[in-house]
Amino acid sequence: MGRYLLRRLLQLVPVFIGTTFLIYWLVWSVPGDPFAGKCGDRGCPPNYRAMMTEKYNLDESIWVQYASYMKNLLQGDFGITFGGREISDIIATSYPNTLKLAVVALAIEAVIGLGAGILTGLRRNGFLDNLVLVSTLFLIALPVFVIGFVLQWLLGVKWGIITPTVSNEMRFSELIVPGFVLGSVSMAYVARVARTSIAENRRADYVRTAIAKGLPMRRVVGVHLLRNSLIPVVTLLGTDLGALMGGAIVTEGIFGINGIGRQVLRSIVTKESATVVGIVVVLVLVYLIMNLVVDLLYAALDPRIRYE
Amino acid sequence: MRVSKRASGALAVGAAFALVASGCSSGNNDGGDAGASSDGAIVIDGTQPENPLVPANTTETGGGAIIDWMWSGLVEYPNNGGAPQNLLAESIDTTDSKVFKIKIKQNTKFHDGTTVKAESFVKAWNWAAYGPNGAQNASFFSDIQGFDEVYTEDPDGPEGPQKAPEPKAKEMSGLKVVDDWNFEVTLAAPTSVFPTKLGYSAFVPLPDAFFSSTPADFGKKPIGNGPVKLVSWQDDVEIKLTRFDDYSLRDKMKIKDVTVKIYQDDTAAYNDLLAGNLDFQQQVPVSALAGEKWKTDLGERALSSTTPSTGIIAFPIYDKRFENPKLRKAISLSIDRQSITDKIFFGTRKPADSWANPLTPGAEPGNCTACKFDVAQAKQLYAESGGFQGKLTLSYNADASHKEWMEAVAQQIKTNLGIDAVAVGVPTFAVFRANINAYKMTGAYRAGWQQDYPDVENWINPLYVTGGSSNDGKYSNPQVDALAKEATAAPSLEEAHKKFAEAVKLIDQDVPSMPIYFGGQQSGHSEKIKKVELTNVGELDITSVEL
Repeated sequence: MGRYLLRRLLQLVPVFIGTTFLIYWLVWSVPGDPFAGKCGDRGCPPNYRAMMTEKYNLDESIWVQYASYMKNLLQGDFGITFGGREISDIIATSYPNTLKLAVVALAIEAVIGLGAGILTGLRRNGFLDNLVLVSTLFLIALPVFVIGFVLQWLLGVKWGIITPTVSNEMRFSELIVPGFVLGSVSMAYVARVARTSIAENRRADYVRTAIAKGLPMRRVVGVHLLRNSLIPVVTLLGTDLGALMGGAIVTEGIFGINGIGRQVLRSIVTKESATVVGIVVVLVLVYLIMNLVVDLLYAALDPRIRYE
Repeated sequence: MRVSKRASGALAVGAAFALVASGCSSGNNDGGDAGASSDGAIVIDGTQPENPLVPANTTETGGGAIIDWMWSGLVEYPNNGGAPQNLLAESIDTTDSKVFKIKIKQNTKFHDGTTVKAESFVKAWNWAAYGPNGAQNASFFSDIQGFDEVYTEDPDGPEGPQKAPEPKAKEMSGLKVVDDWNFEVTLAAPTSVFPTKLGYSAFVPLPDAFFSSTPADFGKKPIGNGPVKLVSWQDDVEIKLTRFDDYSLRDKMKIKDVTVKIYQDDTAAYNDLLAGNLDFQQQVPVSALAGEKWKTDLGERALSSTTPSTGIIAFPIYDKRFENPKLRKAISLSIDRQSITDKIFFGTRKPADSWANPLTPGAEPGNCTACKFDVAQAKQLYAESGGFQGKLTLSYNADASHKEWMEAVAQQIKTNLGIDAVAVGVPTFAVFRANINAYKMTGAYRAGWQQDYPDVENWINPLYVTGGSSNDGKYSNPQVDALAKEATAAPSLEEAHKKFAEAVKLIDQDVPSMPIYFGGQQSGHSEKIKKVELTNVGELDITSVEL
């Protein structure tokens, strides 16, 4: 177990270097001069461009730019934006917001998705099963921004139950609706995967044995059936945290949340490689660590899985 | 000119003409309750300023609006778009439009309690003009004598290996402090419009605190001399402003606190406005314009205004195929501007019929004969011109909402003249501008112009004079240059306007570009606000707000 963990952690290093370089290179290759559009139709004065080019090493090759960026990054210096803001400050203020939103979304999709999956998996082809099938199909078919705008307009403007945008304090009660919107599609998938998994294991030998032994139904479902059926669901949920954080840009925009999405979009448009890489680096770490946690959870769920 | 940086919306990323409006007040002009106003607070929408707030280094609307509120300049532009009036200036005297004696009002204060003196202007202007400081608005000071000594050009352009040489002087020789309340400005050449320019935010005074700090640090906690001062600025969240109680000029605040809430998405802001969480939105989202939805939603709280900005399609005259003025005029005459503003813009913009925006002092409505819709004349001119070979591309930046109207224009040219015209989207404004700046355009392209200061001069010199700062198509007519030069140097504004009118007649024959529509703005406010006006640049006049 310890060696496995160490090996996995060591694997993070090349992945980390590879992803940062790829992202840096991609943003660098976005066509256009970062200052061509900055000052409108009049264009920036040459002295302004010269000053900025020198300040940000923009006249150097990508290798030099990337090397000097990585050197600073390893010393904990994320650099500054073209507007002069510390990128570490941007990360420190925007990440917690996106993380809060993603965690709320994950909790909602886990509770509702799993609940619906278990109920329908146990009682297939009933009214409830059909209702869940239809409603999850509906959620999968609708783009997130449609769900977001409709809920914001209905609940926020028409009925006045919620405020249309989230305040700076990011209170939990304000995040329920955005969290639901963000998690809605994954919720539908969780429900469907859980349903199939439960329904399949329902006919497994060990379940029949447990029932034949005369165990109470609660124990059969709660311990034997559920634990084994959770593996695909945990895979889905675990990798979803990273996807939710990276994909929150639309939800953040609709509900006015100051998260990483707007920062990434802004810095891609202005060709600020340093900001994009800084934010995505942290996101990559979230992905890698969540993957590791999921792998470790398998062992906890299924005793047959062992790591050496 | 300032650029709007919001990611979506009618005037989105890189839309060159940003938000401008003539004075216009809400339907309800009864005024508010003085008690409710005096300690009242409002929340308005805004965008994150791109750079630290230094007036001479701000060229976008997000930071520009805050700067306009936090600073008061020598002159102000009335909300009704008329001629400028003295604000901080007691008098601006000149006999020859070359030497200006400026006297400022005594004992007005900066937000940190220090006094605004003549020196506060001179030092601020010298800082902005000094080349190595790299201020984005440096070119505004180019009229002043000695500018070329403090601002040097890079001899081989920004791409070349050489750097701009160190300027010979640190201060412009044309600026002289007489005493605490008087200073003298000598221009390199007579410029009648100079006093008008003084209302632009690049010309505001700066306190001593600016010079003892760095621009970046000062810009995070800016100290102005205007009706409101900064309380706090939380990046990407909000900027809090409050009334400056020691303010002694005309435009005092009637309310106390203003919170500028920073939105990423204008639809989110609009929904907050409808739900009563936001008190003012300068431009409602495009989605609310369709079918006049915003008027139904807001009723009397919907403010529609026309703005002194023009949407233009320009020709690359450096391309041989566009050399013939008859061809250019034929294309311009084949465009039905009325149907474009009606069908594409739902009537929120007006068809262009003059070269300078008619809200501008010195402009003449209807002086663009090439802006008419006349298919017969267009066809005749097209035949005389010898026709156009190949494909006529009309480029636009696809990161803002320009696709629909550019396509409509292309379709009309195709139908009416039989030219194979297509609208081509360039992914981002940055790439689009880079091509224009490098003179690499192979077809007509979208341009736009928003005036920096209200005078017809601002619509001619930068756009249609040889070497003008935004004459991207390299249009050049020696007669226009001569007339514009005479006009600029005229001893009075009236004479200047007459000369510019003559220059415009020649421009109208040459058709270097095609004005298509005049800008419009659709704003909304909450029920809480009882009275509100917009400034000449379409920003909220926060000093007019009554609750």
